[in-house]
Amino acid sequence: MSKKTFRKLAVSFAVAGVFATHAYAQDTIRIGGLATLDGPFAVLGQEAFRAMELAFEEVGYEVDGKKIEWVKESSDGRPDVALTKARKLIEQDKVDILIGPVSGGEGLAVKEYAKSVPDRTFVNGFSAAQETTLVSPASNFFRFSADGAQWQAGLGNYVYDEKGYRTVAVVSGDYSFGYTQVLGFMSEFCAKGGRVPEKIWVPNGTKDFSSAISRIPENVDAVYVMLGGADAVNFLSQYYQSGSDIPLVAGSNTVEQTVLSTKGPFQRRLEGIPSAHMVAAGLEDDAYKSYVETYRKRFPDGLSAPSAPYYGYYVATKAVLAALDEVDGDLSDKQAKFQEALSKVKLDTAFGPVELDENRQAIANIYVTEVARGDDGVLFNKVVKKVSGVNQVLGQDRAEFTARGVPSRDYPDCP
Amino acid sequence: MKQLALSMLNGITLAALYFVVASGFTIIFGMMRVVNMAHGSLYLLGAYLGYSVADSTGSWGLSLAGAAAGSAVAGLVMHKVFLSRYQGQDLRQALITIGLSIIIADLLLAGYGGLTYQLEIPEVLYGGVRLPVAGGYPIFRLTLIGFAILVYFALWLLLHRTKFGMIIRAAVDDRNMLSATGINVPVVSTCVFALAAGLVGVAGVIGGSALSIAPGDDVHYLLSSLVVVIVGGMGNLKGAAIGALLIGLAEQLGLAYFPTYSAIISFAIMVAVLAYRPYGLFGRPA
Repeated sequence: MSKKTFRKLAVSFAVAGVFATHAYAQDTIRIGGLATLDGPFAVLGQEAFRAMELAFEEVGYEVDGKKIEWVKESSDGRPDVALTKARKLIEQDKVDILIGPVSGGEGLAVKEYAKSVPDRTFVNGFSAAQETTLVSPASNFFRFSADGAQWQAGLGNYVYDEKGYRTVAVVSGDYSFGYTQVLGFMSEFCAKGGRVPEKIWVPNGTKDFSSAISRIPENVDAVYVMLGGADAVNFLSQYYQSGSDIPLVAGSNTVEQTVLSTKGPFQRRLEGIPSAHMVAAGLEDDAYKSYVETYRKRFPDGLSAPSAPYYGYYVATKAVLAALDEVDGDLSDKQAKFQEALSKVKLDTAFGPVELDENRQAIANIYVTEVARGDDGVLFNKVVKKVSGVNQVLGQDRAEFTARGVPSRDYPDCP
Repeated sequence: MKQLALSMLNGITLAALYFVVASGFTIIFGMMRVVNMAHGSLYLLGAYLGYSVADSTGSWGLSLAGAAAGSAVAGLVMHKVFLSRYQGQDLRQALITIGLSIIIADLLLAGYGGLTYQLEIPEVLYGGVRLPVAGGYPIFRLTLIGFAILVYFALWLLLHRTKFGMIIRAAVDDRNMLSATGINVPVVSTCVFALAAGLVGVAGVIGGSALSIAPGDDVHYLLSSLVVVIVGGMGNLKGAAIGALLIGLAEQLGLAYFPTYSAIISFAIMVAVLAYRPYGLFGRPA
């Protein structure tokens, strides 16, 4: 056999191989789920997989006669781990669509990776760093939930107007999601004329916050705290133990349902803390009520109410299923038709309508809330104000907004 | 000035917690040359057990006892079933403990979920006291210092003033000779392992009361114990105390004055110590 015929033979084998996997992909659609079952965000990961499970069950793991195969993979909240797991799902498990990840830094890493595999589709789970879809977005990366800055829409105005706070110190996790939330809060608060004299950044996973707490100036009207999961619990209990009586304003994760559900003495002091998020509890409409009802019935050992990561993954999975239905499960032509349909999906969720902008980033409702105690004694985030149709540039001019750069430790600044 | 005093105090109280966690780790290493990579898991097990006991009985004291007993039994089983048969093969033992730590962590996640828990501090220890310079400070954190000192002297007395301690110290120096004098060394090893495991279980309850209990704490405290005993010198009680103090102070002062780099300061100290004193500050070659 000459070298040339051998090469031809090899090529035709390779082509046959491609067609073989293609034929396989046509009667089964493999969807990967990436969430954090390890590390500080473990409870968020549990919620994420509950959401995907329910969404798949609702369609019986089937779209237009095509079976859905669900492959789960766990990260621990670190970008490098998320990236490795995303590669594993795409390259070894050969998933067609990947839903995830959970945390901000992870999202940035997965988005960059998405650019190198344009024939697969990535749908963000719960990660909410602003940069992910604002700066050099990937054409195959979709985010159906609002980003961390959007989540804070309305909060800056609310604490300035209603609470009368004029100076606020910031304590936040030292990572991209923290910067994003602080930007969302400060862009409104500073525009009103409020001042932020001190910003204290603490590493994620800090156990002992006492030194950070001792740096909070004594003459501020309030302290804005943006920490998630166990970090939030540690901070809040140490803050109250330190005897400080400066009122708190909370970032979205700080008083998230998973934190409110944590048992501990710090719970007694949380009522009345204002916050804002893409989700809230105790809404008075039927879509919301049936959403909560379904969750409680399906997951009796879950939380008292579905959490934000649950919502993020649920909406993402629903969007994927809607788009798959639209194209009859056709993922051919490098998923072009599917991705086109996905970018046009409009969802009616328990928290109002969701649609995508030109960067495939969600435009959605945001709720300003205050922690309240329900009749059953359980803490929840009670809606005090709804902000409709918040887009990624917070209603400002897109060119100006992006020109100011991405949020960081030093931006924004209004001492 | 107030900031500095507070940070120092925070550093010392954190060091107290680190010392109680690391003391069991260093004793096990000194006695058996086992790097017990499941030490953090025993901490987390103790913390969760303590929470369960406190939740059902409402007593903080009982939760301490429950955690100590539970972790000690776990340590006993771990040593008897998995480690004693590989005596002297330290790499194999380290790998076994890594495997056990992964299994325990997943079992605890399955049992307790990913939520963060906190133990209720007894009413007497709740609240703060006024201190000169530093101002208000939580009583419970000050109690931590007292507890660490108590643990230090109890262990010191045990090791230096009792027959059992004499046997342990002899085992550190020459196992075979000790064996030849008629002492059943494997039984002593198991006892020491259970003692150290019980101690770290107690540390779990204390850590879970002062801070919180969450998945991932096992790795956090294993890492802090490793750094503490590497800096102080493996198998040395005084070294663990000094190491804990150094690391605790570095972490808290770092968080107050160089927050951006606070995560790496303790590792920088470890690198410096390893470069100039490879056996740690108080260690000696094995």
